[in-house]
Amino acid sequence: MSNLYDLGALEAHRGINQGDFTAEEYVWSIIERIERVEGRVHAFITLNKENALDDAREIDKKIRTKEDAGSLAGVTVGIKDNISTHGLKTTCASKMLENYVPPYDATVVERLKNHGAIVIGKLNLDEFGMGSTTEYSRYGPTHNPWNLDYVPGGSSGGSGAAVSSRECTVSLGSDTGGSVRCPASFCSVVGLKPTYGSVSRFGLISYANSLEQIGPICRTVEDVVTIMNAISGHDPNDNTCFLSRSNVPYLHIKQDRAPSSIAIVKELIDGCDPAVSRTIYSALDKFKEFGWECTEISLKSVNYALPSYYTIAMAEASSNLARYDNIRYGFSFPVEGFEWNTYISDVRSNFGEEVKRRILIGSYVLSSGYYSKYYLKARQLRSLLRQELLSNFAKYDLLVGPTMPVLPFRIGEKIDDPLKMYLMDVDTVLANLAGIPAISIPAGHSNGLPIGLQLMAGPFQEQKLIDAASLLENAINITRSPEI
Amino acid sequence: MGNILIGLEIHCQLTSLKSKLFCSCHEDYRIFKPNSNICPICCGFPGTLPLLNQKAVEHAAMISYALGSNIPEKIMFYRKNYFYPDLPKNFQITQYNLYGLTCIGSSGSVYISDSKTIRIRRVQLEEDPGRLSYDSGNIHNSNHTLIDYNRSGVALVEIVTEPDFTDPGEVRYFLNKLSSILEHLGVCDTTLEGAVRCDANVSLKGGERIEIKNVNSFREVEKALTYEISRQTSLSTRNIKINSETRHWDEQRKITRIARTKEEEQDYRYFPEPDIPLVMLGNDFYTHIGKLVPELPDERLSRFKSKYTLSDHVANILINSKKLADFFESCLKIYYSPIEIANWLVNDLLALIGGEETTILDKLKIEPKHMAELAKLVDEKKISRSTAKQIFSEVFRTGQAPSELLSKTDSSQINDENFIANAVELVFSSEVSAVEDAKVNSSAINFLVGKVMKMTKGRADPKIVTQLINVKIVQLSNS
Repeated sequence: MSNLYDLGALEAHRGINQGDFTAEEYVWSIIERIERVEGRVHAFITLNKENALDDAREIDKKIRTKEDAGSLAGVTVGIKDNISTHGLKTTCASKMLENYVPPYDATVVERLKNHGAIVIGKLNLDEFGMGSTTEYSRYGPTHNPWNLDYVPGGSSGGSGAAVSSRECTVSLGSDTGGSVRCPASFCSVVGLKPTYGSVSRFGLISYANSLEQIGPICRTVEDVVTIMNAISGHDPNDNTCFLSRSNVPYLHIKQDRAPSSIAIVKELIDGCDPAVSRTIYSALDKFKEFGWECTEISLKSVNYALPSYYTIAMAEASSNLARYDNIRYGFSFPVEGFEWNTYISDVRSNFGEEVKRRILIGSYVLSSGYYSKYYLKARQLRSLLRQELLSNFAKYDLLVGPTMPVLPFRIGEKIDDPLKMYLMDVDTVLANLAGIPAISIPAGHSNGLPIGLQLMAGPFQEQKLIDAASLLENAINITRSPEI
Repeated sequence: MGNILIGLEIHCQLTSLKSKLFCSCHEDYRIFKPNSNICPICCGFPGTLPLLNQKAVEHAAMISYALGSNIPEKIMFYRKNYFYPDLPKNFQITQYNLYGLTCIGSSGSVYISDSKTIRIRRVQLEEDPGRLSYDSGNIHNSNHTLIDYNRSGVALVEIVTEPDFTDPGEVRYFLNKLSSILEHLGVCDTTLEGAVRCDANVSLKGGERIEIKNVNSFREVEKALTYEISRQTSLSTRNIKINSETRHWDEQRKITRIARTKEEEQDYRYFPEPDIPLVMLGNDFYTHIGKLVPELPDERLSRFKSKYTLSDHVANILINSKKLADFFESCLKIYYSPIEIANWLVNDLLALIGGEETTILDKLKIEPKHMAELAKLVDEKKISRSTAKQIFSEVFRTGQAPSELLSKTDSSQINDENFIANAVELVFSSEVSAVEDAKVNSSAINFLVGKVMKMTKGRADPKIVTQLINVKIVQLSNS
């Protein structure tokens, strides 16, 4: 064992529970690690050191008195800063919520706490989750731990970078069109976007409600399983959370695996960076070595995925973000002397450029006269795509391809070309449009930059993703944490 | 005033629910201090999600059912996007028929006369916004607008009619009937402040549509419409073009005033609410709701007319208020004399409580058992009608039982013929000229009857008095 902060969730929990070290010692090692690298990585918006230490001491007390401290006792979690934490600032990386302290915990946060996990801080993101690089944060970009000049992916860039640089044990992100999987891929860690409706969204600050799910980002598949088992299942506070608590498929790491059939999606591999496709094909060879059947298929509706995704996401966003009028919460901006209309337009000019762009486009596609031309079409394409994907899951257990069509790139390199940014999401948006689960797992490196492989499965087939991901994890031993 | 078309949009709060439409705050917001009946959900805090109140769906469906509407097997919610300070999310969760008919009700009809039925376009379930208040009482003289979110998220049913009304009187009749329907369903207490609101649109032939908003009670609607029609008529007789606009009803000054904002130009950007999945009601739902819906005013009216042989007029007055009709039927359970009791209620009780204020019925001192006892005394001729009226107002005032009052004041009717004959003798001896007159002029007999009644303080049975006097006059004429 090198350092305490290197431990995964299960190892850390075991060590604390067995008395190898205390939760306080473990949390201290994480805090020291943060102090050493955070200046360069900038994964966090808000740190919760004092409370985290208090929580750790509570856990140590429980362990001393042989009380049940929970299955995640002492594990430090970083929470994406668009997930509500009671009493801890939740900014969405926006000026608009600069001073917002939620009066309640998101269901996922509450569940993690109930399992003994410790919230170590709030992680950076693109403002309101709108972006793929974490450059659109009001509080400055996060740096990729593998190369500090490069983007960590987004929008949960802080969640990817913090786990990869070992500033927390595990983290939560949210995935609207790839926001968990993209940073997992760019930071060489594991990220899961669960089936729509399997993890409660209560407390997740909405960007596009019909698309997004909260998902874990971890260094190992095993930790993903542990976090998923803690957070998923029915929540009376979310009408779109379908699973009953007792019905949640309990995920686990199987020791022996029957061969599965996988299909590689031609459209997803054709247009991508050659370094990426090489890595994906060699990973596929690993599956074949285990006797898995690999077929190449074509998904026609992939070509319509991006227009459909961005139309729906922006439409929902334009409505979701209407509430930020700074009347009940927000940032310091006195109302005195203002007439209401002037006040809210002055206040709302504090959204970032990318957010404004999406609000404008979203309002446009919903406006009368354009609704059937854009929004309605987008919904029709979405259901076509879902049907096409589901029909393929009748034939294959998993669909496979790269998570991102490109390698991580330099900070600032693409910031002036929003369209180029949107196009990078082509592989990830499919799972959000269809509501199916998808996982990104490290598959290799090119010039020291991580490459992730994406697996998709049918609704509520997370176990299939875990099986394949864990097989690949064992077959190709890829470092999850760079030296920094 | 020909060629007038009027359509209504009525909002009624589902006041008998325990909680708001999407959160567990109290539906009965009126009893709270400002901003003390609120939670993160109804204040639109980031990350909160609407949780649909199933009972509200049931109550809204009962209204749809009672208005003869179709109820679909699945319903959807939509977002209506607009910025307004009383709207915490800056969108309202409501219903809309964009992907098929997914509002809780559509294509209903309400009978108002043999020649007229009002068509109901749709019934929808939605959330009420918060309330704005002003430090000096009105927007014009105030420095601040204050927002109270206690009402925000309260369940509201919107009823939209087709423009089928042709005069304000029809509107009043319809609204009275709607109130009675809501009262019978027990889903909306229309007497609570702000529980029912009505917007109306009016157009004269050839003119554009004018919206009247802000009418905060059913009773004001007729006044607002009458004002607006005469305003539009006078404009059009002077050949002034009537422009489509939104006007507000000024309750103090009894006029409509043009609204400062051009509300009709708003684009609400409706789209399906992603946080509430399609609500599957199923094909048994209509039958299920049918079982929850009690006897409605129309059925009750025909039952009152056929079973109790009440006149259309009397039956209508009773049915117009559920409380009055219930009072009536409670009386009948104690003593069955439908016409007698109905007349007492419609003529005497309503006169005492002042017209349409039947809302205070359950707070009255007079109870059905009193009314039944009184009717019985009259039917059995134990008291005269004039005595009964005195007792009635006494019961109304004190809540004492009629029999108790009767024994106290000894006002029971006298039908002892000897006693009455004595009184007649006394009157005949003191009113000699009237007796003479009565032999040739029958109207003088009434004068003599009156004298006897006065002498017995109204307690003698007037029939016996008249009979005895007639006999005596005949005897005197023959002798």
